[in-house]
Amino acid sequence: MEQHDVSTAHHEGAHTVSYARYLMIWVALMMLTGLTVAVAGIDFGDWIIITALTIASVKTLLVLQVFMHLKFEDKIFRVFVLIACMTFVIFITLTFFDYAFR
Amino acid sequence: MSSHAAEAAVQGHTHRDDVGSKMGMWLFLFTELILFGGMFIVYAVYRFTYQAEFHLAASELDRLVGAVNTIILLTSSLTVAMSITAIQEGKRDLAMLLVGMTIVLALAFLVNKYFEWDHKFAVGLFPGSPDLVNKPPGIVLYFGLYYVMTGLHALHVVIGIVILAVMMGFMKTGTIHQGSYVKLESGGLYWHLVDIIWIFLFPLFYLIH
Repeated sequence: MEQHDVSTAHHEGAHTVSYARYLMIWVALMMLTGLTVAVAGIDFGDWIIITALTIASVKTLLVLQVFMHLKFEDKIFRVFVLIACMTFVIFITLTFFDYAFR
Repeated sequence: MSSHAAEAAVQGHTHRDDVGSKMGMWLFLFTELILFGGMFIVYAVYRFTYQAEFHLAASELDRLVGAVNTIILLTSSLTVAMSITAIQEGKRDLAMLLVGMTIVLALAFLVNKYFEWDHKFAVGLFPGSPDLVNKPPGIVLYFGLYYVMTGLHALHVVIGIVILAVMMGFMKTGTIHQGSYVKLESGGLYWHLVDIIWIFLFPLFYLIH
């Protein structure tokens, strides 16, 4: 797949993702969208928000890993994303500690 | 094809750091995470404070429109992702067609958004409207957040359209080609971020009742 790698600047070795693989991810994203709409009609009480956010997180992971090529990039990119997400989680946690014990 | 290969060979002698370019783009995306993240925290706090009113207010939103826009954005993410495979294979016309399809889908998203907001305005649900200010605080807050968050997201869609149009221009002039397409990758990353934000906005605003 990388026979076109004529330029020496491409030292990292570009990864080509097949159209079929992208299409499969798209199908999965469509199914998860259907699922999130379907379960929204069921009254889980407090679980509504948890299921909605879980499905959204799975969709995000698929987009990050395949559409955004995180799976095929240098490891450092995944470390970056993890640090950014952890920072955001810390923001949320600290805000809710403050809010919950007011 | 051969001219592209020649160009690529020339490019090889100039200084280029594709990994560095993409890293810069990711760093920018993290600032976007914090920008929208802050608003998601405000949303979370108010949703817990005014649970019943948020549920009531959300019933004003049309799930179908939200779902259609979700499908549109997910599909647009697919087409822009595929355009990178096309350019890697040296199929410039296909890559341009795929980016063009992404722009068309983005415009369709905005047209839907226009009709959606237009309908809300018609029934008096807009920030500061006489109908809305007399409603309970949770409903006012819900619509405030709805307009700010989906509005800022729509602004990102508009910016994304401009970026993708510039990418099409770059492909036409040969600035982006088989041997050098990091600009298209970075443009695509921006578009995927717009998609991810919507992935969260959709259930949080449309699916809570």
